[in-house]
Amino acid sequence: MKQLLILSGKGGTGKTTTAAAFIAFSNAQAFADCDVDAPNLHLVTQMEVEPQKSSYFGSQKASIDAKKCVGCEICVTHCRFHAIQKNGIACEVNALSCEGCGVCTAVCPHQAVRMEDDIAGDLMLYQGTTTFSTAKLKMGRGNSGKLVTEVKQAMASSVQGAELAIIDGSPGIGCPVIASISGVDMVLVVAEPSLSGISDMKRILKTCSIFATKAVVCVNKYDTCVENTAEIESFCKEKDIPFLGKVPYDSHVSKAINEGKSIATVESPAQAALKDVYNKVIRLLEL
Amino acid sequence: MHKRQIKIAVLSGKGGTGKTFVSVNLSACAASAIYLDCDVEEPNGHLFLKPESVSQKPVCTLLPVFDELKCVGCRKCVDFCRFNALAFIGKAPQVFSDVCHSCGGCALICPCGAVTEKPREIGHLECGSHKNVSVITGLLNVGEASGVPVIQAVLQEGSAQTKDFVVIDCPPGIACTVMESIEHADYCVLVAEPTAFGVHNFEMVYELVQLLKKPCGVVINKASAEHTVLDDLCRKEHIPVLCKIPYSEKTALAGAMGQLVSESDKDMHRIFSELLNRIQKEVVQ
Repeated sequence: MKQLLILSGKGGTGKTTTAAAFIAFSNAQAFADCDVDAPNLHLVTQMEVEPQKSSYFGSQKASIDAKKCVGCEICVTHCRFHAIQKNGIACEVNALSCEGCGVCTAVCPHQAVRMEDDIAGDLMLYQGTTTFSTAKLKMGRGNSGKLVTEVKQAMASSVQGAELAIIDGSPGIGCPVIASISGVDMVLVVAEPSLSGISDMKRILKTCSIFATKAVVCVNKYDTCVENTAEIESFCKEKDIPFLGKVPYDSHVSKAINEGKSIATVESPAQAALKDVYNKVIRLLEL
Repeated sequence: MHKRQIKIAVLSGKGGTGKTFVSVNLSACAASAIYLDCDVEEPNGHLFLKPESVSQKPVCTLLPVFDELKCVGCRKCVDFCRFNALAFIGKAPQVFSDVCHSCGGCALICPCGAVTEKPREIGHLECGSHKNVSVITGLLNVGEASGVPVIQAVLQEGSAQTKDFVVIDCPPGIACTVMESIEHADYCVLVAEPTAFGVHNFEMVYELVQLLKKPCGVVINKASAEHTVLDDLCRKEHIPVLCKIPYSEKTALAGAMGQLVSESDKDMHRIFSELLNRIQKEVVQ
């Protein structure tokens, strides 16, 4: 099974819109939403079954037994994440700041600290005629990289005989993005023709290169600034990165999304341009 | 009259709604402000504020170093590490720097004093100024997993200055990087776009600020008269709508070219000055 990951660096460039379109064009048997912070793909893909839900356990969190704690604050001194504070007589752990390292359990002279499981998110796996894996990270949690890996694994282990899996990624270049890049056959970078978009595109392309993953580029809403679009195209040419096409700004897109539909179902300039990019991706993936 | 410093965090949940657009223009309108770019994975504010006299400061985390000669191979450190960052290879443990959280646990637990820690650069700060705005940008090195220590460095650098306003440009999402950025904020400005995705993610970010008990208000960006879901939601939840910035091709193009619209456009200057005043009033209440 070939895996295509859609990234951007910058937020709001159109990753989910593109992913939803490609899923429809390809009749994809498998797809995943790895933007576990703020997943949106389920809003534009209609699944006919209910998902199987499971809890995602991130790092454990420290918990202090107030009855055993004498308030010596040795744990406070050693906590590198400022997650423990004295509250009255005893010390208390702020679960949102706690990174689960366990140093406090090691230094407490009264064995007042223990580590407890923490449900850091929910995984959802839809298995109908297609397999859709997604998840939602809980507020303020870390370990999003690990959750991303579990989303991909859930998809890979439940799908059989699919040729192509489409993965909607998250903005940025940090751990959830790095986790999503691992093991994919190609990354499609959806770029925005703005100075911010160009700066962010360069950083995500560099990330793909550090992790030795092939990347290709397309520009979305290209006519909002043709100058910058041209700059992106020449940057790609200079760096030998396949430039697959330009999608125009199209009011049909937001209308479709607001109706919970993929733009693939609406005859429009954006649909035609996305189909063109899609065909080029398929050729490059040798499918 | 003593003016209390107001720390404003600008966040959104969804990417691309206009956090940087609002942050840089708010900073430029204030008579005295510090702009902190906490979107350390993809910082953009400097493209608009174009700071001068820029100096750089490295940001480092600590990485354990194992002395082969002192190590007795007890593996207490490997067993202790909850991040699977250590593996015993050859005569001593090796560390996987991309998963090490720099907790200091291995150094603490070693019975032979075989573990010391050395700094490892994961990013840097760029500090400069644009007229009356101090501009502090955090940049995470490409390939690094966690920007949290860089965000902490940005916030700490900002706290060394006393200006009337601190504007914190936050990363997208609702994860630990966002939480770190808003932890000490007095007020949260939620920048939302009136689209299906925008509303969905707005609900998430609103939940986060409520969890952290932060007062907040909403800026509806790229607003249009047709889509009122956000207005209805804010009315229902009694969330103040601080201002609505209509979608305009002119503003979009100016943004695409890196222009500070509050300096080049009179109407935009008025919108952002009024927004700043409104935020001040909300904080004082």
